[in-house]
Amino acid sequence: MSNSIYDELLESECEIKEYELEDYESNTPRWCKGCGDHGILSSVQRLLRDRQIAPENVVCVSGIGCSSRFPHYLKTYGFHSLHGRALTVATGVKLSRPDIHVLTVMGDGDCFSIGGNHWLHSIRYNTNMTVLVFDNEIYALTKMQASPTSRQGQYSNTSPRGAYLDSLNPLTVILGITNCSFLAQSATWLPGHMDATLQRAWDHKGLSFVRILQKCPVYMPKNFGETPGDYPAQFLSHTEGVPVDRGLLRTAPAVEHDPRDIHRAREIAQDSERAPFGLLYHNPELPSYEELRHGRVTRMAPQERLDALDRKLDTFALKLDD
Amino acid sequence: MQEKKRLKVGEHITELVSDSGEGAQKASVAFAKASALMGNGLWTVEVIPAEIQPPPHTVGATSGNRIRFGNKPMTNTGDLADVVVAFNEMALKGRMLNNMVKDDMLVLIDSQWAGHPVHKKTYNEVLDEVRRKGGTVIEVPIEKEAARVVDDPRRGKNMFALGVWARLYTRDLELVKSCVHELFAKKGQEIIDNNLNLVQRGWDWGEEHLPLEIVVETLPELKPMLAMNGNTAIALGAVAAGFELCSMYPITPATSASHALADFFEDLGGFVHQAEDEIAAIGVAVGASFAGRTALTITSGPGMALKTEFQGLAVMTETPLVIVDVQRGGPSTGLPTKIEQSDLLHSLYGAPGDAPKIVIAPASIEDCFHVMITARKLAEDFRIPVIVLTDANLATGQQMFDRPRLSTEMLPPPLDLSPVPEEERNPFDWDEKTGLSRRHIPGQAGGTAVVTGLNHSRDGAVAHDKDSNEHSHTMRSRKLATLFSTLKAPVPHGAEEGELLLVCWGSTRGAIEEAVDRMRAQGASVASLHITFLSPLQPGIKAVMQRFRKVMTIELNYSDKAGDPLITPDNRRYGQLAMMLRAQTLVDVDCWTRVPGRPLMPMEIAAVIAEELGMREAATSVTQETVA
Repeated sequence: MSNSIYDELLESECEIKEYELEDYESNTPRWCKGCGDHGILSSVQRLLRDRQIAPENVVCVSGIGCSSRFPHYLKTYGFHSLHGRALTVATGVKLSRPDIHVLTVMGDGDCFSIGGNHWLHSIRYNTNMTVLVFDNEIYALTKMQASPTSRQGQYSNTSPRGAYLDSLNPLTVILGITNCSFLAQSATWLPGHMDATLQRAWDHKGLSFVRILQKCPVYMPKNFGETPGDYPAQFLSHTEGVPVDRGLLRTAPAVEHDPRDIHRAREIAQDSERAPFGLLYHNPELPSYEELRHGRVTRMAPQERLDALDRKLDTFALKLDD
Repeated sequence: MQEKKRLKVGEHITELVSDSGEGAQKASVAFAKASALMGNGLWTVEVIPAEIQPPPHTVGATSGNRIRFGNKPMTNTGDLADVVVAFNEMALKGRMLNNMVKDDMLVLIDSQWAGHPVHKKTYNEVLDEVRRKGGTVIEVPIEKEAARVVDDPRRGKNMFALGVWARLYTRDLELVKSCVHELFAKKGQEIIDNNLNLVQRGWDWGEEHLPLEIVVETLPELKPMLAMNGNTAIALGAVAAGFELCSMYPITPATSASHALADFFEDLGGFVHQAEDEIAAIGVAVGASFAGRTALTITSGPGMALKTEFQGLAVMTETPLVIVDVQRGGPSTGLPTKIEQSDLLHSLYGAPGDAPKIVIAPASIEDCFHVMITARKLAEDFRIPVIVLTDANLATGQQMFDRPRLSTEMLPPPLDLSPVPEEERNPFDWDEKTGLSRRHIPGQAGGTAVVTGLNHSRDGAVAHDKDSNEHSHTMRSRKLATLFSTLKAPVPHGAEEGELLLVCWGSTRGAIEEAVDRMRAQGASVASLHITFLSPLQPGIKAVMQRFRKVMTIELNYSDKAGDPLITPDNRRYGQLAMMLRAQTLVDVDCWTRVPGRPLMPMEIAAVIAEELGMREAATSVTQETVA
C-alpha cells in the first residue's frame, strides 16, 4: 500500500537502511552437500538484496519436502505449510494482504502430484506472486519414490523395476491453463541464468511460475548428466526474455522465441528432445486475482461499515414503518 | 359468501406442500413474513427434496414449508401439523408417511386430481385415509382458478393458494400483498400484477367457499425484530464480526450462508472466495489469517473431513481461524439436506495428533448471528481455530429475534504493523501459565520468523527433542484451560435439582426446554441443561448433574439402544455428548439419541421424560399420540 506522505517522511527524516545479503539469511541450511537448493536460496537472497525488499514485507510459503524447508533458511516471514497445499496458503496471504510480496516454494511431488488441483487453479487465479518449483524428478525427503516427473524406467523404491509411465510434462500443462501469465524454466547448474530468470519472474505482475531443474546429489546424482552440457537443452533468446550469455551457449544452442507467442511456446514445451531454458510465455496484461476481487469491494471506516450493515438488517426487519 | 365458523387458537402449525418447483417455498415466505408483521411468534422450516427436479407427483418430490406461529416466541419446529395445504395428494401423503401431521388435521387440496385419469385413484385413497383418521378435507380448485389469470398455472397457483391460505388464517390481506410485492420486486410490473391478482382471487375464493376461519393469537408486545434463517444470520454475523474474507467450497446445507454473504459482502467491505476444493478453501483462510486478517470458512461434514489436516496446521502454527460446520446427516454423503448432530467428536478429535481447538454450538438463529463475533475474538485472542457447529435445522429454519445493536466493539482493531521490540521477537512467546502468546503480522519489522507444522520451540525453530515437544503440547493445551477459567457455568432450565436432567447442545435446545416445561406442568421432576461451549466444556456441569438422580443426553446422533440385540453395557456406543460427559465427569450419563433427519419434536422428548419417570398417562395427554 503506497502512501506518499509516509514515503517522504522516511526519505527526509529517517536513515534509509541498506539491506545486505545477511539481512536475508536465517538458520544454516540443512540440505545435503551438493544439493541444488543451496544455489536457489542464494539466488533468492541476492534478488531481494538487489531489489532492496524489506524482509518483513515478504511472506515465503512452502509445502512439504526438501525444497519446502526453504522458508526456514530465508529471513522473511515464512509459512511452512502442508504437503501440496502451499499455493492455497499463498493465495490466502495475498488476498488478505495485497501489499505483501509472496514467494511460494514447492517440489515436483508437492506441486504436480498431491497439489495438482491447487496448481491448476492457482494458475487460473493469476494471483500476483512468484512460484518456484524445485524439480529433481524424485521424492527425496521420503527416501526416493517416483514423482510425476520421474522419467519412464526410473528406478525408485516404489518402482524397483523402473517407473511404468512416461513422465508428466508440467510445461505443457501450465500453458494449457486459462489465464497462465508467466512461465519460465531454468536449472540450478546455470546460476547466472537462474538469477536472471528469477529477476524476470519477480518483476511480473501476476502469477509467475518458474520450474527449476535441480539435482538431487544423493538419490539422482546423474539425473541431469555429469556436466551442464550433458543434458539436452536449448536456450530461449529474446530481448524481452531471459538474457543468454555466451558462456551458456557452450552447453546448449539458443533459439529465438517471442515470449508473447503462446502457440510457439506450446510447441517448444512439447519438444521432448531438448528442455527449454528461459522465458516460455509472458502476458503482462492479465489482471491479477487480488486486483479483481479487491477492486469490487467497497472500503469503509468501521462505523460506516456498521451503518451499512444496519441498513442491510432493515431488509430482514419486521416493522414496515421503520 | 359462506357463513364461517371462527376458530381461535394460541398457536398453530401449518404447512404448504407442492411438487418441487411449484413455488410453495415462495408463497410460504410471504405467509410467514406477513404473520410475523401481524405480531405472531414464528419458526419456519423448509421441506426440501434431495434433488432439484425429482419425478413429479411422487412422495419424494415434496417441497414446501412448515410454519409454526402463535402467541409466544417460537424456539423450535413444534409437534404435528394442524393444517396442510397440498398441491397434490402425494405431497400430502409424504407428510403423513413421515408422521408430521395430526390425525384430525385440516387439509386443503387441489381438486384437479379428482377427475384425473392417472391420479384420481391415489387422490381418493389418500383423502379417504385422512377422513378415516378423523381429518377434514376441503377441496380447492387451485390450478383451475390460477389458469384464469396466467397461461401456465404451474407458475401461479402458489399465489392463488396463498390467497386461500391467508383467508383461512385471517391474515391482513394488504400485508400479504406487500410481502408478495417484495418477493417479485426485481421482476416486471406485469408479473407483480399477475401475482397480486392471483392472491386476491384466492382470497375471494376463500371468502366465498371456506366454511371456517382461524384466528391465531399474537405476541403481547412487538419489539424491533428480525426474521431470517440461520445461514443468513451466520453471514450477517460474519460482517458484524469484521470478517473480510470467506473462503468456501459449495456443500449442502452450508452453501446458502455463502450465497447470502456473496450477495452483500462486497458492499460491506469483504468478499467470498469460492476455492477449487474444500482443502483449498481452508488453506486460503489459513493464509489470510496468518497475514493478519482472520478469515472464515464454511462447510458441512464431508468438507470438515477434508479440512482436518489444515485444522491441525492451524492449531500447530497457532493461526486464528473460524470454521463454521453446518452439520448434516452422515456418515459419508448420508442425508445431505437433513439435520444431524454427528460432527461433535470429529470437530474435537478429527485432526491427527493432539489438536486442541475451541468448539461452540449456537442453539438458535439469533445465536448464529452473535456467535460469529465471539468466534473471531476467541480465535484471535487464543491464536486457535474456532469451530462453530450449527446444523441443517438452524440453516434453513426461520426465526424471529431481537434486532442486534451494532457496535464497533464487534469489529477487530486495525492491523498493527508497528515494529516488534527486540525482547518480544519470539514467534511463540508462550506465557507459561496461560499458554497465550502475541503473534506477529507480516509487515511488522523485527517479527520475521517461520511458522511450521513441525514441532517447534518458543523461538519458532524446528525441534525434535522430547522436552520441546512436551512443552509445546502443554502450551497449546493450556490455552483451553485458560479459556475454561473465564467461562460461566451453564444454568439448568426448569429446576436446580430433581429426578431427571436432560443435557443437550445445539439447536435441540428449544424443543427440549419446551418439553421440560410441559412435563413440569404435569408434575414431572425434570430439568434440562444446555451446553454452548463443547471445547473446552463449560465449568460446573458435574455439579449440576450430581443434583439429579438420573442424567441423560438428548442428541440427534446415533447411539446403540440399551436392550437391543448384542448390546451390553460393555459395548454400548453412546451419543457423542454423552461420551464426552462420561469421560470428563465419571458420571454414569445415559443418552436418548435418534437420527430421524428432522428436528426433534417437543412431544417426542416429553414421551422420553414420561418413560423415564414412569408417567405414561401424563405422556399421552401431552403428546397427543404415541410416538414410535
